[in-house]
Parts: sequence; structure tokens; C-alpha cells
Amino acid sequence: MPLLELDNVATFYGSIQALKGISLSIAAGEIITLIGANGAGKSTTLMTICGIAPPRAGRILFRGAAIEAAEPHEIVRRGISQVPEGRRIFPHLTVTENLAMGAFLRKDSTEIARDREYLFSLFPILKERRHQPGGTLSGGEQQMLAISRALMARPALLLLDEPSLGLAPLVSRLIFRIIRQINEERRTTILLVEQNANLALRIAHRGYVLENGRITLEGNCAELLGNEEVKRAYLGM
Amino acid sequence: MKALAELKKSLGIALWFMALTFPVMVIRVNTIERVVEWRWRNMAFIGIGSFLLSFAWRLLLARKERGRGKTDTGDGTIPAVRRRLLAAPGIRQPALAALALSAAAFPFLFSSYQTNIMTTALMYVMLGLGLNIVVGLAGLLDLGYVAFYAVGAYSYALLNHHFGLGFWAALPVGALLSVLFALALGFPILRLRGDYLAIVTLGFCEITRLVLENWNEFSFGPSGIANISRPGLFGLRLTLHEATIYFYFIVLGLCLATLFVVRRLQHSRVGRAWVALREDEIACEAMGIDKARAKLTAYTLGAAWAGMVGVLFAAKTTFINPASFTFLESAMILSIVVLGGMGSIMGIVVGAFLLILTPEYLRAFSSYRMLLFGTVMVLMMVFRPQGIVANVRQVYRYRKQPESEGCAGG
Ligand SMILES: Nc1ncnc2c1ncn2[C@@H]1O[C@H](COP(=O)(O)OP(=O)(O)OP(=O)(O)O)[C@@H](O)[C@H]1O
Ligand SMILES: [Mg+2]
Repeated sequence: MPLLELDNVATFYGSIQALKGISLSIAAGEIITLIGANGAGKSTTLMTICGIAPPRAGRILFRGAAIEAAEPHEIVRRGISQVPEGRRIFPHLTVTENLAMGAFLRKDSTEIARDREYLFSLFPILKERRHQPGGTLSGGEQQMLAISRALMARPALLLLDEPSLGLAPLVSRLIFRIIRQINEERRTTILLVEQNANLALRIAHRGYVLENGRITLEGNCAELLGNEEVKRAYLGM
Repeated sequence: MKALAELKKSLGIALWFMALTFPVMVIRVNTIERVVEWRWRNMAFIGIGSFLLSFAWRLLLARKERGRGKTDTGDGTIPAVRRRLLAAPGIRQPALAALALSAAAFPFLFSSYQTNIMTTALMYVMLGLGLNIVVGLAGLLDLGYVAFYAVGAYSYALLNHHFGLGFWAALPVGALLSVLFALALGFPILRLRGDYLAIVTLGFCEITRLVLENWNEFSFGPSGIANISRPGLFGLRLTLHEATIYFYFIVLGLCLATLFVVRRLQHSRVGRAWVALREDEIACEAMGIDKARAKLTAYTLGAAWAGMVGVLFAAKTTFINPASFTFLESAMILSIVVLGGMGSIMGIVVGAFLLILTPEYLRAFSSYRMLLFGTVMVLMMVFRPQGIVANVRQVYRYRKQPESEGCAGG
């Protein structure tokens, strides 16, 4: 049974249809990437999965249970965390407080402290900055904080929306390496939305290509990297 | 020369003001004698006055800009002096004890008149703290807070009038009715954000007042309800002076209870949810916080306090009518919260005392009250936008701290 399954999901913003029947499935332990041009509906897909932009039609199954009608907080409780587009960390809260917010639903304080130390070991810069308000971090640090904050919920499925947005190539590569590491060490399943198809397809297991609210291509990363259309449209080759 | 440029600018402003006020302040047409008076002296006053004010303003602004460069304490950090004051038990405890003692002694040292004023101020502290939950903690701009105040006051007045319900029974009932009211209202309107919410709550506040004013059979219209009972004390007959003192202590007690509860709330789980809500709604949802519930909790808790103070108000004045529940009252309470420092308990206490006591003791200037009020507000927003007492945010910590963490920062 896949961990997450979308079946013919359609999402609207008012009368604008952003998702026109999307079907995809993610097995536990996988890294899946969703690539596509601006406005293709990538962010909307993530928002739909986590209930902030609920679908008008279609089904979403998480561990076999339907979640398309569940409230966002209910979905987080079931084990899906999102790193939203633009990071959206809490600007006036310190790094430590931001992390504490990520663990809002948890009550096991020793485990929470352990997770925090684990994340500090992944991103030592956050430990250095732990008393600094989130809004004063650099873009890359904020991205690290946003990922760490989402992981503080100990999700089974982590949704990442363009983690490389606005970051220097070196920092993006660092972040991608750590995403891979988290997937391997914690067995966290990851759905990665990216513009940077080259980087994304290199760390993911499988990928989907989204165009105008529809999935036009899917396959494992080697196939996609070799696909002429993908090469032309997303890899700039 | 920078100073010269500033002087020039101030001069320009003075000239502009002189021209602007010319028709009102200089020309006076005497319609009886059919002559025009030219009051050139006024023009000179305005010129000199606006020149000096504008120059002082510029100086202060310049100093503020310079000060910002040097002593930026960053968000959420406490100025060292205050931190030391707050931390030192040697200062804190005697100060609190002295405060408690003077609060307890106040009604015995001063006249009923003074005690009454102080009671009013304490009631506004409670209103400020209640609204602070909604505006300061959860970040929902509520301009119709006074509606819940009215619900509380009318619940007591009507229940007392029709059924003879006593003060102590009415206190929870008033709060409860306000909460129900807030629940009914909150469900639909809390979906709105920011300015939309502000406008809808403002409208709601006016609707409540209009209903009270026009539904004569229910609320006795503009003539209001008189002869509301004062709180009783085990059936003792109190003189007016004694009753005033007794009421002062009731309000003082409730005020302390409010302080305590709000403090606890601020540092509770729901308090953390409010912080997240205020900072970023989408991120708040992504944390697994039930946004709708967090909003509704803040809104209804705020309403509970307004309802309670409403009952107190009806019992204190023994007469209420819709005129006490205008938008101006909402604005007043909001000013207490903003002026004092959003989210800061100390700030709100200080703000309430300043805003309520100053006009009482400056009765001589009562016709300039709104003018002064406006001026103070503008000055505050420019020079101290964080309020009189900036909010010292609690730093959330994990209960089990690894040794390496220490207690730096804070
Ligand atoms: N809140 C909204 N209201 C109305 N339309 C929206 C809203 N959010 C997104 N859309 C529309 O839905 C479509 C998909 O948007 P989405 O944000 O999912 O794109 P995306 O693939 O994430 O793009 P990008 O790479 O630029 O982030 C776009 O046409 C966009 O204009
Ligand atoms: Mg997007």
C-alpha cells in the first residue's frame, strides 16, 4: 500500500481550476519530486495534500485513510508536515522557539529535545543562531530552519516546496544533501517540489512532471533525466 | 548645514500653516455690525507656534534616528536595566508589596470620589487585558469589543430589573452570555482577516448599540435602565461610602484574578498557538494548530472579560443606557492596549491608568481632551510604536534542557 495516494484530484481557487485531475502515489521511504513551470500547480498540490486548499473532487489517501476532507491540523496530526513556499518562519520568534512551534502537537519533551539536537547536528549554524529571531536569519538559514521546524513534528511524510528558491548553488546543494540524509537516516518520505529539476532529479527516486494542472510525465529519475522533453523544458539542455 | 536646512523646512511649515489657518483664525466677519475684523495677532501666534513645534519635532526625530543606529536592542530583548529590575528579587518583592499595600490602603486614605475614579481605572485595566487577548496575543483587530461590554451590562441590568437577580449571580451569567454572543458571532466572522475583520466588528458594535437604542420593549431604549442593585455584602446595609469601598475591593480582586489568568494564558499552549497565529497564519496551520479554534478561543475569552466588566459597570453606576457603549468606548479600550504596548501586561496596566486617570485629573483641559489624545497617539506611534512598556516575550523552552544550553539569552 502506498503511503500517499492522490486519485484524480481537482482543486479550485474560486472559479480558477488549478489542479485538473492529478493522480500520483508515493511509497513509504521514497523521495518523489514534482517539477513544472511557474503556475503549473506544484504549490497547490502541496496545499491540497495538507488541507489548506482542499480539493473539490478526487480522493487523497494517506496510509489508506481518506484525508481530502480533513482539517489542516488533523492532517499534521496524522503525520504530514509541510515546508511552505517562501519558508514562512515566524519572524519574531527565536530559532529555538520556531523549532518548538514545529513540535506543537507533541508532548514528549525528552524526545523533542533529542530531535532538536539531531537537527542542530544537521545544521550547526542554527545552533549558533538559536537565540536570534528567525526574521534576522539569512535566506539559506531560514530555509534550514523551515525544514527543521517541519521535521520537529516527526512527520512520516515531508512536503518541501522549492527549498532551493533564492539560495546560492552551494547552499542549495548542501540542503539537498541533507534532505537525502534525512530520508535515509529517519526513513522520512519526501515529496519535493522544485524548479531546479537538475538537482531534484539527482536526489529523488521518482519524479512527476506537472503542466497546467495536469501530470504529463512520470517515471524514475534516470528516465526523466534522459527524456528529451524534460531536457529541453526543465534542464535547459 | 543640516541645522539650517531644518530651520528652513520649519519656516516653510510655519508659513504653510499660517496660510492654511488664515480664513479661520484671522478673518472674522461680524455680521451684525457688517465689518470684517482682521486678527493679525493670531496669525503671528500660529506662525511662531507651528515653527517652534515643527523644529522641536524635527530635532526629536533626528535624535531618534541617531539613537536607533546605536542602541538597537533587537526584537524581544529587554533593556538591561529593566531586566535587572525584573530579575532581582530584592527589588521586585518589596516593590510588589508596596504596591499591594497602597492599593489596599487607597480607599481609606482618599475620598469616595477618588476611590470611584480608581475603581473605573481598574475596570479599564480589566477591559484592556481582555481586549489584549484578542488584539495583542492573537492579533485579531477587534473594533467592536464594547458590544460584549454592553451585553454584560444589559444582562445584569435586565435580569436584575425583571427577576431581581443579584450581582454575584449575574457576574458569571453576564460573562457567559457574552461568550455565547461571541461564539455565535465568531463562527462566521473569524474567517476574515485583518482589516475586513476590523470593519465587520466595528459594524457589529454599532448594530448592537442601535438595537439597544431602538428596541424599546426589550432594552427600554435611550432612556436606559435605572436602579440597578449594587452588590450586597451578606445582607448588611452599607452607606454609600462603604459601598464604594466594598466595590473598589471587588474590582481590585477581580482585576488581580484577571492579571493572574492572563499571565497563565500567555504562557500556555493556547498562548503559543496565538503567537503562531499572529505571526503567520499559513505557517500556523502548517504547525498543526487548529487556526479556527485558536481564533475562537481568543475571541470568546476576550468577550468573557468584557461581559464581566459590563456587569461591574452596571453595578457601579446603577444606571445604564446605550450611550455608554459607543464606538468611542471601543476606541478607548483599543488605545489602552496599543498605547500601553500590545501583548504586554504591565503596559496595559500603565496605559489604562494613564488614559483614564489623566483626563480625570486634568478636568480643566477637558475641552481639549480629544485634541490632546490625538496628539499623544501620533507622538507615540512615531517615537514609541512598541507602546509604553514593550512586550517582553516569554522565551519558550523545552522542559528538559541539555546542559550545553545553559540559560543564556532569555
Ligand atoms: N490563492 C490563490 N488564488 C487564486 N489563484 C491562485 C492562488 N494560488 C495559486 N493560484 C493559481 O493557481 C495556479 C497554480 O499555482 P501554484 O502556486 O500552485 O503554482 P506553482 O506551480 O507552485 O508555481 P511556482 O513555481 O511559481 O511556485 C496558478 O495559475 C495561480 O495563479
Ligand atoms: Mg509554487
